[in-house]
Amino acid sequence: MVQYKKWQLYIVILFSLLGLIFSIPNFIKSNTLNDLPSFFPKQQVVLGLDLQGGSYLLLEVDTDSVVADNLNNLVDEIRLILRKNKISYTQLNLENQIITLKIKKQDKKNDLEKSLKKFANDIEYKFINENTIILNYSDVKLKSIRDMAVLQSIEVVRRRVDEFGTKEPTIQKQGIKRILLELPGISDPERLKKLLGKTAKLTFQVVDDDVTTNELKSGKYKPGITILPSDKILDSNGEPILYAIKKKDKISGNLLINASPSLEQSQPVVSFQFNNKGGRKFGNITTKYAGSRLAIILDNKVISAPNIREPITGGRGIISGQFTFEEVTDLAMLLRAGALPAPLEILEERSVGPSLGTDSIQSGKFASVLGFILIIIFMTLIYGTFGVFANIALIFNLLILLAILTLIQATLTLPGIAGIVLTIGMAVDANVLIFERIKEEIKSGLSPIASVDIGYKQALKTIIDANVTTLIAAVMLFGLGSGPVKGFAVTLSFGIITSMFTAIMFTRILIIIWLKKNNPRVINI
Amino acid sequence: MPLLNIIPTNTSFKFMSLRKIGLFFSVTLILISFIAIFTKGLNFGIDFTGGVLIEIRSKNETINLTKLRDDLNKLNVGEIQLQTIGSEKDIAIRVQKYSPGQDKQLDSIKKIKSALANIEIEFRRTEYVGPKVGKELIKAGLIAVIFSLLGILFYIWLRFEWFFALGAIIALIHDVFLTIGFFSIFQFEFNLATVAAVLTIAGYSINDTVVIYDRIRETSRKYKKVIFEEIINLSLNSTLSRTLMTSLTTLLALLALFIFGGNVISSFVIALIWGVIIGTYSSLYVASPILLILNADKRNTSNQNEY
Repeated sequence: MVQYKKWQLYIVILFSLLGLIFSIPNFIKSNTLNDLPSFFPKQQVVLGLDLQGGSYLLLEVDTDSVVADNLNNLVDEIRLILRKNKISYTQLNLENQIITLKIKKQDKKNDLEKSLKKFANDIEYKFINENTIILNYSDVKLKSIRDMAVLQSIEVVRRRVDEFGTKEPTIQKQGIKRILLELPGISDPERLKKLLGKTAKLTFQVVDDDVTTNELKSGKYKPGITILPSDKILDSNGEPILYAIKKKDKISGNLLINASPSLEQSQPVVSFQFNNKGGRKFGNITTKYAGSRLAIILDNKVISAPNIREPITGGRGIISGQFTFEEVTDLAMLLRAGALPAPLEILEERSVGPSLGTDSIQSGKFASVLGFILIIIFMTLIYGTFGVFANIALIFNLLILLAILTLIQATLTLPGIAGIVLTIGMAVDANVLIFERIKEEIKSGLSPIASVDIGYKQALKTIIDANVTTLIAAVMLFGLGSGPVKGFAVTLSFGIITSMFTAIMFTRILIIIWLKKNNPRVINI
Repeated sequence: MPLLNIIPTNTSFKFMSLRKIGLFFSVTLILISFIAIFTKGLNFGIDFTGGVLIEIRSKNETINLTKLRDDLNKLNVGEIQLQTIGSEKDIAIRVQKYSPGQDKQLDSIKKIKSALANIEIEFRRTEYVGPKVGKELIKAGLIAVIFSLLGILFYIWLRFEWFFALGAIIALIHDVFLTIGFFSIFQFEFNLATVAAVLTIAGYSINDTVVIYDRIRETSRKYKKVIFEEIINLSLNSTLSRTLMTSLTTLLALLALFIFGGNVISSFVIALIWGVIIGTYSSLYVASPILLILNADKRNTSNQNEY
């Protein structure tokens, strides 16, 4: 006599109930849902950006430039060490992340090695001949510099996105030096992209007015200064104005504690405030250089260079420079959020407008419901009563699948809906396999009950083999990266698993109960 | 009580006697696919080539494509492709080939958007894939396909004998190749979703093959005296109704998606529909005859006891 075990029945009932309970919120409007009592589950499936509208941005941190910055500082430090130890050298340069140093006298070799000890684990060096040494960062140090730069960038990106007023953004690290940004509801991210494209490194540095225009143009000038172009202000030929900027005595923008847009003589400006340390430094420098010009430099461009009329000790000031109001708003925001350690490159952008998202949900819903109904009709027509059993199992299959997707908060995308529809089509496959097998057993002269028993047993191996192979392909899809396709892999994989459960266990119990109740001499399927 | 009996039962088709025709058919399709891939190539989407895709919908009147093309070409961002999708009001703008010296492809989005500012439109979708990512996605796609094939090969080899694994994988490669050929012939856009479709087809096709192989193995154990060709015929006939039923239900669901699922996923669904058809065919006429060719019938040799 064909039997099912008690625990099988309990499991089927349990999972079906759980499936029902946790999938229900998806069929209720969220307003109505909030009015329901608290014990009622309220979690709904998460819609992907392609369904709810929004932007997906993949950013890459230019970690090489951070490494280069660090190496440049290291060269400066080495130069100081050499000077302190009175080691004279003929060459000290940086190329391809490797510092080459040629000292004049070999007898200083020991002194040099001793003083390099302070970099211990950070750098590796070796003498390639008697007086030439090459230095580079150790792999550990390089990795920590890069990781740090990415972490800082994520933090700054988060602050900028928050300042921008985005609801529920997702910001996460991807791979070694990439940042994935998902912004629901923002379908035109042009302004945000512009903001993310700015490093926003702000410094206040003194202009060296002793350098003549000719010296500036020829590029021959005294050491200790750099030449930077103006940002917007042009000279009479329409060219950017060049400034000679002193390298020493600079104040960094990361000492700011506040920045906000305001108006000064009806011109949009950014007013800022330093923290204590910055304020003191600002006071000192403006005292020392009173009468000179103070250049306000953003991302290596001089925004403006006003005269220091008197020492500024309050730690407050303004930045002016032919701005529009939008520009000062953005600049103030960037200054508040802080500078990025390195430039960000936008590698990938995918934005979906709200109307397309709504259309996609509509068509996805309609297509799934239609596919579902077609299959239900088809199965009933072909297999009669057994078809109805398969259909009941199919309904619960969908509810359980939806409940799983809701509970693990998987993202449902449009290809994900296609995955569900495909699951519907393939879910009945297990039942088709079983029913066809039962038919064959009946044909070979077995009783209905024995046919059902053997049909299930024989078909089971095939179903498992067939589904495992499909599952292998589905799991490989996870590795395919971007959101929508991943959504497909998720629904397809879970769909295969739930369909095996409902098609095998669920229908088997239904059929056995039916057989016991009716005890038919022949079954028509 | 079944109301409909459109699925044949009790068939006794001599499937294998037509295997030469099947072989001819497959070889022809493969040749056509080869020629198409080498002459026409694939219509790669921006996922793989890198570039910009902007979909717009006109709010009022239909958009004058010629004028729009002229306007956009003036921007000099690169080769602009325009295409209506679905209705006259929906237009896809693609930039895949960039003017030399256009190092900031991303800026073309801004330029195109501002050039469109004077017409009443709505931006439905904007996608930009940088050249770096495009290359990586090609790699990721290839790796996913290769590893799925290897994974499936390994599983079949574990569960069956090696020649079954070989037969299954040849049928799979056949299906994957014909799907790619299909995309080349009709120049449907080949993108990341298409790769997903190809993998799904691989899964579906192997599903079908495994069911038939399972039956061949079982039948060959049952009828030890029957020649192998007849074993295959018997097995194909006894699984035929299942093969057809499953293909039909899957196709029903896919047709619903194709007709009503919207154009965002239509090329994805087309690939799946083609894959279901070709996957069903290949289980009958690629995976099964290969067993004959490989002389997989080992019952009369020393391995007899394994059956």
